[in-house]
Amino acid sequence: MEQVQQSNVTSQEAVHQRPNYAAIFWALLILTILEIIVANLPASKPLAVAGLVFLAIVKASLVALFYMHLKFEKFVIYLIVIFPLFLAVVLTLMILADQAPKLPA
Amino acid sequence: MEHDPHTGAIGIDTRKLGMWIFLASEIMFFSGLIGAYIVLRFANLESWPHPATVLNLPLTGVNTFILICSSATLVLGLASIQRGYKEGLQVGLFLTVLLGSIFLSIQFHEYHELVRDGFTISSSIFGSCFFTLTGFHGAHVLAGVIWLIVVLIRCAKGYFTPGEYAGVEIVGLYWHFVDLVWIILFTILYLV
Repeated sequence: MEQVQQSNVTSQEAVHQRPNYAAIFWALLILTILEIIVANLPASKPLAVAGLVFLAIVKASLVALFYMHLKFEKFVIYLIVIFPLFLAVVLTLMILADQAPKLPA
Repeated sequence: MEHDPHTGAIGIDTRKLGMWIFLASEIMFFSGLIGAYIVLRFANLESWPHPATVLNLPLTGVNTFILICSSATLVLGLASIQRGYKEGLQVGLFLTVLLGSIFLSIQFHEYHELVRDGFTISSSIFGSCFFTLTGFHGAHVLAGVIWLIVVLIRCAKGYFTPGEYAGVEIVGLYWHFVDLVWIILFTILYLV
């Protein structure tokens, strides 16, 4: 009974901690429009790529933290996510470092 | 003392824990594909076309908007059942299924147009990367839509209550992850 009650308390906490989903939705929408604008700007390619990657990371973080409720999860869940995410970032950075010399000067 | 069969020793719902571990493996799966995409793109810099010259950016922009909307309808459905509003969950799930299906229809239409114009999985290295990445993502969306239909049917049968909605939470985790992957793919395939 104790654990069932604890489960209900957790549910109620989740309800209390519910983020403003509409605000997240509008933020995602505005960031997507911003991405399309940045992609069509006559800016230098590396600058545009950096801007687009930054915007994509912000959008992905908003989805993970608020829609997937990662912000309100226990530390164990963070560990489960952070470990493969770290490996993914390392893999991508090492591939980029390896391939960068192929870029035209 | 009654024991909640779904709560493990570390105090986390084992169904939710299992989904997070599955999503961790999915992170590595898509990282491998994206890593291969980077290597192939850098190896073919001269022949790589600007995506906007081959792909339909406005149509995919709309599709991205649809997927973002579907995440919002699902999370609002979850919030409804947490407040005890079952009809709200039903509407949220139905809209998510509808938007997911529209996303797949638009992707199918996009594929049809591209193949008609001679852009196929074997026509170029860009084609191989494009169809592999979007194809795997599309398969995930299809699986998500089927899963959401099952959850919608269970919702109509009154399976979920304000105290028991883990089934909605877990399909939600999967669906938002699919949305998150699309955010990355849309940027690297269509915009960069």
